[in-house]
Amino acid sequence: MIEFLRRLLGQRGSSATAKERLRLVLMTDHLELAPEMIETMKRELVEVISRHVEVDRERIDVSFERQDSALAMLANIPILSVNRPSSNGNGKRDEIPPAPRDAAKPASPKRRTPAKASAEGQAPPTRRRRRRKKPAPAPAPATN
Amino acid sequence: MSARRIVVTSGKGGVGKTTTTANLGATLAKRGRRVILIDADIGLRNLDLVLGLEKRIVFDLVEVAEGRCHLRQALIKDKRFESLAILPAAQTREKEAIAPEQFAAIVEEAAAQVDYVIIDCPAGIETGFRNAVAGAEEAIVVTTPEVSSIRDADRVVGKIAAANKPIRLIVNRLRPEMVSSGEMLSVDDVCDVLAVELLGIVPEDEDVIDTTNRGEPIALRDAGRLSAIYDKIARRLEGELVPFTTFDRQGLFGRLKGALKAG
Ligand SMILES: Nc1ncnc2c1ncn2[C@@H]1O[C@H](COP(=O)(O)OP(=O)(O)O)[C@@H](O)[C@H]1O
Ligand SMILES: [Mg+2]
Repeated sequence: MIEFLRRLLGQRGSSATAKERLRLVLMTDHLELAPEMIETMKRELVEVISRHVEVDRERIDVSFERQDSALAMLANIPILSVNRPSSNGNGKRDEIPPAPRDAAKPASPKRRTPAKASAEGQAPPTRRRRRRKKPAPAPAPATN
Repeated sequence: MSARRIVVTSGKGGVGKTTTTANLGATLAKRGRRVILIDADIGLRNLDLVLGLEKRIVFDLVEVAEGRCHLRQALIKDKRFESLAILPAAQTREKEAIAPEQFAAIVEEAAAQVDYVIIDCPAGIETGFRNAVAGAEEAIVVTTPEVSSIRDADRVVGKIAAANKPIRLIVNRLRPEMVSSGEMLSVDDVCDVLAVELLGIVPEDEDVIDTTNRGEPIALRDAGRLSAIYDKIARRLEGELVPFTTFDRQGLFGRLKGALKAG
């Protein structure tokens, strides 16, 4: 009966939960199994950010965290100095000196990358992955 | 002419590697192919039992590797299918009893004589798994539609893909009624998550236990639905485009889509 009502309400049984949990756990597995990919991402992040600010390369910390139905990439990138003055376009970040002009952003492949923002390891579109061990080409999404 | 060398693997134990190896092998033999099945599960020999050949074992894989007998002396011919033979694993030895080069050499020698060499891989991802995969040039990954089995399958898929070997998937022990009620992952779900091309779908079926009890390959039961299912798998393996049986409500279209997506 409960099952029937659930279906009536459009909810599915445990298989939907299973799929969701699997998707997340596999993403985590893949990341753990590809430390060199994380290194590559770090390096490329730094490259992009360093165009605008000087960062402390030694103390960069990248980690991954589950957030509801997504895997989040957390990048902590200490900034040593800001290269150029900027127009301070967005008020979201307070602890960290604002990154330069918004115009610079499109150059960065990561979504809300800089400093303490978290770039969501986005979900499905990358179904056809599977080439893990290769050093990830350019800006590999976290799903790879 | 050298045989196709295929490893049947899964990561997790008890999901149907041996059942798949035995029945796919018998089905291919029934179709007239020459087949050698190698039981690489050293210490946990089972393939002989599933095929009802356990009484005829004289020598085993490790003895061949150590040069104590010739391959042909260790091969057990199946009387029901003339072109089918198995090389049994050693039962009383350790998994490390055989070196990768030794295993590869045996596979090579077997491959020179037949159309298919199918390797029944041990569970896990250690030595035995590595040997079995190294000996093959393509892989069939078996999984059930359960989270732990799929996760383990994903691990072996990652490892085999890293070795650049083609992989195809068999979803075993599917229970269509549970899929319909949303309590079991569908084949599409499994293919989605694993991103591997689908080779076959084998439902949960009492006949598996019954045939295993008797040591009879499913291919002997012409009337049973499983016999037809393994036949389709064998034909797909040989490159035929065989539509997938619709077991769950997503139907043929969804299945085809799934296959294309994963392909
Ligand atoms: N499609 C199926 N339907 C019912 N039982 C199955 C099916 N496939 C496998 N089994 C049973 O599951 C158990 C494990 O299968 P087995 O082939 O020995 O797995 P593995 O070699 O991966 O350890 C066996 O008892 C077998 O009879
Ligand atoms: Mg087995």
